[in-house]
Amino acid sequence: MKEEIIIAGFGGQGVLSMGKILAYSGLMQGQEVSWMPSYGPEQRGGTANVTVILSDERISSPVLNSYDTAIVLNQPSLERFESKVKPGGTLIFDSNGFHKFPTRTDINIYRIDATEYAYANDSTKTMNMIILGGLLKVRPIVKVANVLKGLKKSLPDRHHHLIPMNEKAIEVGMELIQKVN
Amino acid sequence: MTTNEIISPENLVYTKTKVLNDTPMHYCPGCSHGVVHKLIAEIIEEMDFQDKTIGIAPVGCAVFAYKYLDIDWQQAAHGRAPALATAVKRLLPDRLVFTYQGDGDLAAIGTAETIHAANRGENIAIIFINNGIYGMTGGQMAPTTLLGMKSSTSPNGRTAPLNGNPLDITKLLAQLEGTCYVTRQSVHNVASVRKTKKAIRKAFENSMEGKGTSVVEVVSTCNSGWKLSPAASNDWMVENMFPAYPICDLKDL
Amino acid sequence: MNDSKKQNIEEVRLMKGNEAIAHAAVRCGCDGYFGYPITPQSEIMETLMELEPWNTTGMVVLQAESETSSINMVYGGAGCGKRTMTSSSSPGVSLMQEGISYIACAELPCLIVNVMRGGPGLGTIQPSQADYYQSVKGGGHGDYKLITLAPASVQEMADHTVLAFDLAFKYCTPALILADGVIGQMMEKVVLPPFQPRLTEEEIREKYPWATLGKPSSRKPNIITSLSLEAEEMETINLRLQRKYREIEKNEVLFEEFSCEDAEYLVVAFGTTARVCQKAVEMARAEGIKAGLLRPITLFPFPTIAISNYADKVKGMLTVEMSAGQMIDDVKLVVNGRVPVQFYGRMGGIVPSPDEVLKALKEKVVK
Repeated sequence: MKEEIIIAGFGGQGVLSMGKILAYSGLMQGQEVSWMPSYGPEQRGGTANVTVILSDERISSPVLNSYDTAIVLNQPSLERFESKVKPGGTLIFDSNGFHKFPTRTDINIYRIDATEYAYANDSTKTMNMIILGGLLKVRPIVKVANVLKGLKKSLPDRHHHLIPMNEKAIEVGMELIQKVN
Repeated sequence: MTTNEIISPENLVYTKTKVLNDTPMHYCPGCSHGVVHKLIAEIIEEMDFQDKTIGIAPVGCAVFAYKYLDIDWQQAAHGRAPALATAVKRLLPDRLVFTYQGDGDLAAIGTAETIHAANRGENIAIIFINNGIYGMTGGQMAPTTLLGMKSSTSPNGRTAPLNGNPLDITKLLAQLEGTCYVTRQSVHNVASVRKTKKAIRKAFENSMEGKGTSVVEVVSTCNSGWKLSPAASNDWMVENMFPAYPICDLKDL
Repeated sequence: MNDSKKQNIEEVRLMKGNEAIAHAAVRCGCDGYFGYPITPQSEIMETLMELEPWNTTGMVVLQAESETSSINMVYGGAGCGKRTMTSSSSPGVSLMQEGISYIACAELPCLIVNVMRGGPGLGTIQPSQADYYQSVKGGGHGDYKLITLAPASVQEMADHTVLAFDLAFKYCTPALILADGVIGQMMEKVVLPPFQPRLTEEEIREKYPWATLGKPSSRKPNIITSLSLEAEEMETINLRLQRKYREIEKNEVLFEEFSCEDAEYLVVAFGTTARVCQKAVEMARAEGIKAGLLRPITLFPFPTIAISNYADKVKGMLTVEMSAGQMIDDVKLVVNGRVPVQFYGRMGGIVPSPDEVLKALKEKVVK
């Protein structure tokens, strides 16, 4: 199994940390993983993206030009990455702030209004986990149990009490995601 | 009394310190370097620190300081001595670490290294020879060259609009939190040599007690660069250098 | 710091290449790190400051006022026989060249890490390999070489930290880890090297009798210097350095091959670019093109014999770099006209994609 994922959005949307949780989850189920962020000033308010690869075999290039799955959380990211999803691949978007929507017909397109939900339910801190839940519903590449194990490994002890909240967010995301095409 | 009768242990009144070896120094006759070298060597012997001292030599006339004092030495790139000393002292905290630098090395190319080492309060001693000229390269203008003073790169005398003002870096260093002892001395007569020896000893002791950075500036002559006899150089220094660089303790905590 | 727990578990972790270097340095008995922040490698010092190794192994970590100062602190520490290192990125490493030349001439061992970014000038913070010439052809003044390791994974960032120190001390010469922004910033699995204690002063005195630790009455003063005003003496020093570099060339070449056995076309690339090229080679193989990849792990010493052997077997070579073409000079020198050597590269912080490399291979080499 090999899954090549790009997650893209604004800095501050939790793009890099969502990728990190995915990578840790892959690690927990014994896979090879790579996490390659865009870095520098981009992280601080501009567009941020991260390439995550989970694979049963040694990963060659950590830098890709096409992806099995793209998660786009703002308009510029949709415009940049929609064309880079492999035919038959998956595109997930959060429509908050979108004025143009994905148009491809040869890929599976899903919408998850996590931002709207998070603001309405005072859970903006777990917004990226809601989106991760949505991803895992349509692309069950890692087990939720391994996500929780990954969280435990990556978070400092003092934050472990937040794990149930994140688990809840994953469940919400699984409910929230809907197929568009 | 024959000569051989005079040369006997009970008549010994002075002997060269064993820390200073017998290599003939390359310094010009009348140069202050030789005197300061001897003082440092004597202090190291008196403190019984020959096996615990690492000296950092500069680029400039004193680049070969390592040839004359029998201690371990590192020879730094131009101006970088305080950076080397920082690492040596931090890695070997119980050792005596000092830099020996001229005005070009310390106050021009190495200004950043000097100020930041002193500001961090590195437990090192900085011996600063200020003769207002570049001796090694043949008498060019130094950061401490006085206004009106001639050098090969200020042949008509230094002027502020063309060359900038003389830099009193010692005054600057005295203002930094990290320095504990900043003094300006000279070695042009017996009294001043004795005072300078005390100052260097204090600087060495401070660094071993972990008090911070000590700076001993020695206002010096360069009779070759100044194109004066050794005696005339001493007089010229007293008349011209001392008003600009007055002999005093600038800081003593 | 609760480090006792970490000491004996050889566990797989996920971390950035920069972080791996910091952890590996503490573990391999590094005595001192001196550095100045610059993107994309600041995590090395940040991680060290977080690890606070001065409380565990006694390692000194200091943020200097400049790269110039950092490398001279490394010089001072190395002169004491200590395992000292610095890290920076391209513009900062340019500033260090004076110090590196002095360290090479004074024959001191140390580790320098360059996580390259796009240049020239202030350039960009994105990945690049345009410091190849600077790294393997000298960089500073005078005839000297740096042992240059080019990691291509986070694991190698950790492994090369240990290897670089070992080689530096074996030959009393500075070693350089030449990584790029991708390897520094990406997270991968890594197994950290086992803990080895820092050398005691007695061990340093025994192993490195040249170290300036203070002169006991039993020996002459140790003097660390790169100065010799006598031309004959300076030539002798140069000849000694050159003999050392020939030894290194004889003993320390490292490279990796990927599907080269039956290759008709050889791609040569290092670091991140080699990872991209590996994928391109996989894609080429899927299309029936018999391509292989040779990845130099040591850039100095360069794998000349291995590449020369392929020059007699393959129909053509493609060198791929994140530069205008620098390593290709060394490949061409080895190949010496026997087969065509083509180039594909991106500059200024752009990482070539596997597709681009495959296209270049087909258009320039396979034809």
